[in-house]
Amino acid sequence: MAPSRAVGVGLNMAGSDMAGTDSGWETVIGLEIHAQLATRSKIFSGSATAYGALPNTQANLVDLGYPGVLPVLNGEAVRMAVCFGLAIGARIAPRSVFARKNYFYPDLPKGYQISQYELPIVAEGVLEVVLDDGVRKRIGITRAHLEEDAGKSLHEGLPGLTGIDLNRAGTPLIEIVSEPDMRSAREAIAYMKKVHTLVRYLGICDGNMQEGSFRCDANVSVRRRGAEQFGTRAEIKNLNSFRFVEKAINFEVERQIELIESGGKVVQETRLYDPDKGETRSMRSKEAANDYRYFPDPDLLPVLLEPAFIEAVRATLPELPDAKAARFVRDHGLSDYDAGVLTASREIAAFYEDVLQRVGSDPKLCANWVMGDFSAFLNRDNLEVGAAKVDAAHLAGLVSRIVDATISGKIAKEIFEAMWESGASADAVIEQKGLRQITDTGAIEAAIDEVMAKNPGQLADYRSGKDKLFGFFVGQVMKATGGKANPAQLNELLKAKLAG
Amino acid sequence: MSLTRTDIENIARLARLELTEAEIPVYVDSLSRIFAFVGELERAPTEGISPMAHPLPGLAQRLRADEVTETDRRDLYQRNAPAAEAGLYLVPKVIE
Repeated sequence: MAPSRAVGVGLNMAGSDMAGTDSGWETVIGLEIHAQLATRSKIFSGSATAYGALPNTQANLVDLGYPGVLPVLNGEAVRMAVCFGLAIGARIAPRSVFARKNYFYPDLPKGYQISQYELPIVAEGVLEVVLDDGVRKRIGITRAHLEEDAGKSLHEGLPGLTGIDLNRAGTPLIEIVSEPDMRSAREAIAYMKKVHTLVRYLGICDGNMQEGSFRCDANVSVRRRGAEQFGTRAEIKNLNSFRFVEKAINFEVERQIELIESGGKVVQETRLYDPDKGETRSMRSKEAANDYRYFPDPDLLPVLLEPAFIEAVRATLPELPDAKAARFVRDHGLSDYDAGVLTASREIAAFYEDVLQRVGSDPKLCANWVMGDFSAFLNRDNLEVGAAKVDAAHLAGLVSRIVDATISGKIAKEIFEAMWESGASADAVIEQKGLRQITDTGAIEAAIDEVMAKNPGQLADYRSGKDKLFGFFVGQVMKATGGKANPAQLNELLKAKLAG
Repeated sequence: MSLTRTDIENIARLARLELTEAEIPVYVDSLSRIFAFVGELERAPTEGISPMAHPLPGLAQRLRADEVTETDRRDLYQRNAPAAEAGLYLVPKVIE
């Protein structure tokens, strides 16, 4: 058997996490990600792109495909596409061309979608993803092109009819097409998350998957391990959550393997993932195979980009996630994992750096608080970083009180919760609730004496060799001090006292 | 170039045109003649000439500033629609 095609630098991950399938098969996945660009107006018209407006109130004559209108390209969409291309180390085309992709669907009023075909604006980039086990893998990006989004079809509540809302028609998209470099659903998710993080860092897409700002089609095929030829692929459409992408791919892989093993053949087709049933199903029959008849759009001239323009865009790029994570590891001594979590969102990374700068020490402790309680509460309350009552100054105030031993880490959690609800500073909560840690040796000793006096039986047992009772005494003293005794001091003093 | 009956049926399907049995041979003949006429271009010497994406050489696409310039004129536009309800354009049910 011929050796399998070497892919990226990753060690062989192929199928290692495929749900319960024969390891004699290898999965091959390529993704097409659609990211809506965060422009104010549409790609070819001056209509607003705001989400959630009343139906068709943001659809003008260009978006509606009236005869005689002329599309004029939004310069900001071009800049954003270039931004993305530069961030993935791609080639930015000095000349790119818009083409018409012809098909009929009611949410596409012109009968064609303006897209790019032979000459896309971005070509040949690469992203490196880190998999769960720490293995790094490079995923090739074939191209990223500019195009317009279609409108929306609403099938509910209108018997025998479909309602069309064209507010979304003409919203700028970049379609990011990967190489077939992924070998499992988990690799596909890691790549998709990486792109998701990147577009938000660049500020070119809000990444809101529920609103459809970031969605993906997956091309999935299987082949016998060692085979050189790719198997026939199915395209799974419109996956708008990471979880669905994973489930849909795993379902599709199993379906294809079962089909082939039972003597069938995979047909090249478009399939739709049904999240309720957890399965993919055929969307279009083979008879109606797509024939898009692309040709250059005569309404639009080629887009010519000067090197000076491209360099000006490059100069505006923010520090990218990989560079930031590497810096966190290097400068703050964080683990790769922590650095990855903290840099997954630009806002969280900035928040962390703000906290750390204010505390002035203990980068790992700061990281734990940002990744731990702070992020957990954000998730719980479904809040953005900036919307929480606990800001960087407040969290830094709390961490500083742990660092200077005013409070214990355990009490800090209680204080944090109070701060989260009230928006008060850590110091205010500590004073108000009397939660200052007891570091006064005399006070701790007094509490120990009291506990020992109240528990003569346990004391005698301990002294006769029942070491395990040490924990009982720690608990009792902590209880007596309202959890405020400094744990390290308590341990030391208690040991000495119990020894007699 | 001569088109076949299958070609005509396929083109009609792509264009969402419903042709009658009687019309198909008419189009086989007439479209084939149009293709032959356009096919004359095949004879033009194109060696060393790079393909153009647009007939206006050297011109670049103008870029618009990213500004919202349109206001809501839905009611006006929907007067042209065969059917609209609750702000939506209505079409026969699309089955997926």
